[in-house]
Amino acid sequence: MPPGERKAMVRMTYREAVRAAVREALHRDPRVFLMGEDVGAYGGCYAVSKGCLAEFGAERVRDTPLCESAFVGAGIGAAMGGMRPIVEIMTVNFGLLALDQIVNNAATLRHMSGGQLSVPVVIRLATGAGRQVAAQHSHSFEGWFAHIPGIKILAPATVEDARGMLWSALQEPDPVLIFEHAMLYAMEGELPEDAGAVEISHAAIRRPGRDVSLITYGGSLHKTLAAAELLAREGIEAEVVDLRTLRPLDDETILGSVTRTRRAVLVDEGWRSGSLSAELSARIMESAFYELDAPVQRVCTAEVPIPYPKHLEDAALPQPESIAAAARRTLGERHG
Amino acid sequence: MASQYSKDLLLTMYRKMYLIRRFEERTGQQYTQAKIHGFCHLYIGQEAVAVGANEALRPDDYMLSGYRDHGQPLVRGADAGMVMAELFGRGTGYSKGKGGSMHIFDIEHHFYGGYGIVGGQIPLAAGMAFASRYRNEDRVTVCFFGDAAANQGSFHETFNMAAKWKLPVIYICENNRYGMGTAIGRVSAEPEIHKRASAYRMRGETVDGMDCLKMYDAMKDAVAYCRAGKGPVLLEALTYRFRGHSVVDPARYRPAEEVEEERKNDPLPKLKDYTLKKKLAAEAEFDAIDEEVKAQVDAAVKFADESPEPSVDELWRDTIVEPGEEDVRPRERVLGMKVKWPSYPSGQELKVTWDLEPREKAEREDKKAGLAR
Repeated sequence: MPPGERKAMVRMTYREAVRAAVREALHRDPRVFLMGEDVGAYGGCYAVSKGCLAEFGAERVRDTPLCESAFVGAGIGAAMGGMRPIVEIMTVNFGLLALDQIVNNAATLRHMSGGQLSVPVVIRLATGAGRQVAAQHSHSFEGWFAHIPGIKILAPATVEDARGMLWSALQEPDPVLIFEHAMLYAMEGELPEDAGAVEISHAAIRRPGRDVSLITYGGSLHKTLAAAELLAREGIEAEVVDLRTLRPLDDETILGSVTRTRRAVLVDEGWRSGSLSAELSARIMESAFYELDAPVQRVCTAEVPIPYPKHLEDAALPQPESIAAAARRTLGERHG
Repeated sequence: MASQYSKDLLLTMYRKMYLIRRFEERTGQQYTQAKIHGFCHLYIGQEAVAVGANEALRPDDYMLSGYRDHGQPLVRGADAGMVMAELFGRGTGYSKGKGGSMHIFDIEHHFYGGYGIVGGQIPLAAGMAFASRYRNEDRVTVCFFGDAAANQGSFHETFNMAAKWKLPVIYICENNRYGMGTAIGRVSAEPEIHKRASAYRMRGETVDGMDCLKMYDAMKDAVAYCRAGKGPVLLEALTYRFRGHSVVDPARYRPAEEVEEERKNDPLPKLKDYTLKKKLAAEAEFDAIDEEVKAQVDAAVKFADESPEPSVDELWRDTIVEPGEEDVRPRERVLGMKVKWPSYPSGQELKVTWDLEPREKAEREDKKAGLAR
């Protein structure tokens, strides 16, 4: 591209970005097929695969029965047999029904077979709260999955990552789980017309700053960016780190940011006890303890099942105000 | 009446059954000598199931099993020494010693593993069968599991899906009457497991799993049905294990007379008697096979015993690899031989040629042809 010329940009939603990624994968690689509950005739619970059935046919856009354990297991089996399946699980809560297949099979097979077996399956799961669907459709269990060796965990928080992570995940020889926050599907963003695959091993600094590192991922990224905006009005320059990949964690970027700002706030929609934020905190203690000017702060979901009423749900989740308050705490009395 | 089975087939079956028998006897001994640790489940008594089934298959058909999984890879052609080395936890084992008794994998021979979670392999087999059908191959997938696995959700969930999608997969339920120490009838509302297939309009039948030839015949028929694209089959092989659930189980939950009675049904002498009666082989030929197999298993034990432990570095290998990194090929790695490794068409090679809903089309055509489903 000649200097000065701008690439044509297009606006699309996160949902459309995932759809574009799914369609690209189905076009580019005949080994790819999409399967899950209501991905075909209904067009996907979140309308991600709308139109895909008509475009690619029922063999490649497969409606499954409601049996997460069996169809996730079948996806793993198909990957063992040389395919590149994309398995969609409506929500991470339903994903628990497939936990056995993911943990006991997908994650262990390469190691247990002494390197004989590859399981190149990609499993997409919707995650997160905010839609008033109460305690069985709203949880954030990506931290649990990030506990498990043998799988990679991605959390696209931007339209660009929603568009680009899937193809990269499909090139991986090992299982990849992609957690799409349900509140992001309607979010709009701008992308270059020819946007494609993105790398999936690094965290990204979404807003540079020198006073405090706000480290987050997925649906909480935008609340965290809003918090950084609030803080900026007070003269606090917060740096926002988007983890992007929850396993393996990009220690270099995380610790690099904390070392620069000397303060860290971890924002995680999971529950605090035994969470991803606990892991991040421990890593910072282990490797950057002497760089810190203040104790690490955490903003997590209240340790209750997610309630239905809007104001209670809001109160349970990390919000820009609570994130900003945690940042002020790290800065001591002058801001607290 | 002349035998419908060739001498070659009969002797091959006998050799393979005796290989399992001898291998497992020596395995039990090695366990008591603390060469083998952890859980270890012997196949003694059930040999006819794996052997009869395997001889009705092509070498490129896929196979999976539960945790009683020493027999199947041996009949597929796995190196006995390397299977024994895996039981010993040695670096020369199929999984570099990292899987052990319950997790034998020999991908070269299309044996896709032993699984320790009861019923956990059932959905995987459906997925592998789906992969074959997707690529228009006429390969079938065979999946072994025990009677206790039939009460797992994965059994029912997968059967519904496999039957609806008409997947080319044969499920062999090795009904040895006990899930660990619990008799199947004590925990099953429908202990005749093959009948459960009918709930999914799927073909289900029993076969005498103590008779290698009956097993072979039933399997031949099931394989033909499955390869023709008519859908999955549940074959309930009625069998019996002569030993406990695992090496350390004295099996006090079943009467000694029951075991005595079942031992009269031993599949090995049964096949031998048949062959002798049909005058297809002489006693001396069996003696020679016995001697050869004994020597083979002795060598396997020796190989395992003399093999080194895996290096501590192995702990960190084979969890996540880089794109493009090759699969580890056990017989190349250990024995230095060039092996033919299963290959699947790449994204460039595979052509998507089917119409929309090809199965529905096939069903309509079958109906027109008067084929019952």
